[in-house]
Amino acid sequence: MAKTFDQYFDEVRDTRVWRSIFRSGTGSSTLKRSLAIQQNVFLHLFSTKVRRRMLSFSATWYLGTLTFGTFVILVTTGILLMLYYHPSVPQAYADTKDLQFVVSSGLFLRNLHRWSAHAMVFLVFAHMFKVFYRGAYRPPREFNWVIGIVLLLITLLLSYTGYLLPWDQLAYWAITVGSNIASAVPVFGDKIHFLLLGGNLVNANALLRFYVLHCMILPLTAIFFIAIHFWRIRKDGGLYAQPSEPSTLTRAVLAKEGQ
Amino acid sequence: MPDEKLKKHEIQSEPGGTFSRRQFFMTVGMGSLSTAAAGTAVFAYQFLSPNVLYEPSPVVNAGKPESYAMDSVTLDVNSGIYLIRAKEGFFALGAVCTHLGCLTAWKPESGIIACPCHGSKFKRDGEKIEGPAPKPLPWLRTWLSDDGDLLVDRSTTIRPMEFLRV
Repeated sequence: MAKTFDQYFDEVRDTRVWRSIFRSGTGSSTLKRSLAIQQNVFLHLFSTKVRRRMLSFSATWYLGTLTFGTFVILVTTGILLMLYYHPSVPQAYADTKDLQFVVSSGLFLRNLHRWSAHAMVFLVFAHMFKVFYRGAYRPPREFNWVIGIVLLLITLLLSYTGYLLPWDQLAYWAITVGSNIASAVPVFGDKIHFLLLGGNLVNANALLRFYVLHCMILPLTAIFFIAIHFWRIRKDGGLYAQPSEPSTLTRAVLAKEGQ
Repeated sequence: MPDEKLKKHEIQSEPGGTFSRRQFFMTVGMGSLSTAAAGTAVFAYQFLSPNVLYEPSPVVNAGKPESYAMDSVTLDVNSGIYLIRAKEGFFALGAVCTHLGCLTAWKPESGIIACPCHGSKFKRDGEKIEGPAPKPLPWLRTWLSDDGDLLVDRSTTIRPMEFLRV
């Protein structure tokens, strides 16, 4: 009798190497499946059990997941773009053009980075509106809403700092205008402007500061808050279900699914 | 067991002493941490403020006065100033918009200075006509060097209508 794929997979899962990596062991009982989530460093942030309703498209439109997807694309393409980009005044613009016209697949990666950035800003807002209109911000999830606002601000700051890096006219004047808005802060405005740019003008120091913010400080901060954001979903009792939506599977729902 | 708890309690408030050993170490510890935190904040602020800036000098050499025609408005894009020769004399205006720092442009056909970013408009003497700009364009200190060149100090503003007669 030929073995099915599942049987082969079970054999692999039973090997010593596999079991040294994944501790939950073989078998597909509810306990084993829970342990597979709970004992994985990445998956343990999430709930071990999810209401089936919450996995349907209409519940969330997958907006949070899609936002995270664009973030992953942005990190990946961003790291690759860093291999050709020098954050210096004589080179920044030329490197941007090299990426477009000289580097193999450079145009694709740059455009992917750019469009994903636009998509992420759009998705972050769409996610916020979906959560708002669904009422999923209400207690006990109010703190996760606050973390979401922090992530919204980080997303906008990532967009803003990335805007300067091509070092063209659009970038230069956008950052001139944007940093002057920062000087409108009462009392400390001019100090903030000076610290942000590392000088009085949008110049070499500003380019380097925005580069470090864009490639290191803001992405690391974002990852930190994304982790808390995901973990809070579990801590706050899973994704929000409306009162009309069954919190547990009723016999009627099970019967319907059986069809 | 209750006796032990009582003893611990007694240590915290020894008779005669106003300060228990634990309180003393707590104060010293928190004090050191606060001092270190304050020092770190000062250190971070000083580190992030550059002490030397490689920015262009605020004083700009605008060349010989004769090179400017009567009633002309000349924009120097690199230094961001207008050098204007009026009947009353020479004066220099900062060309950077007082709204959000865009470079304005002289419109000879309408005789005004306009900002491309948010539509602020100024008269030739810097006075605001309209737009979001909160202030007029500043008059900059202008004088003649020993060689007879026009010099403009972009960091020093003067009161309007103080013309330089050559």
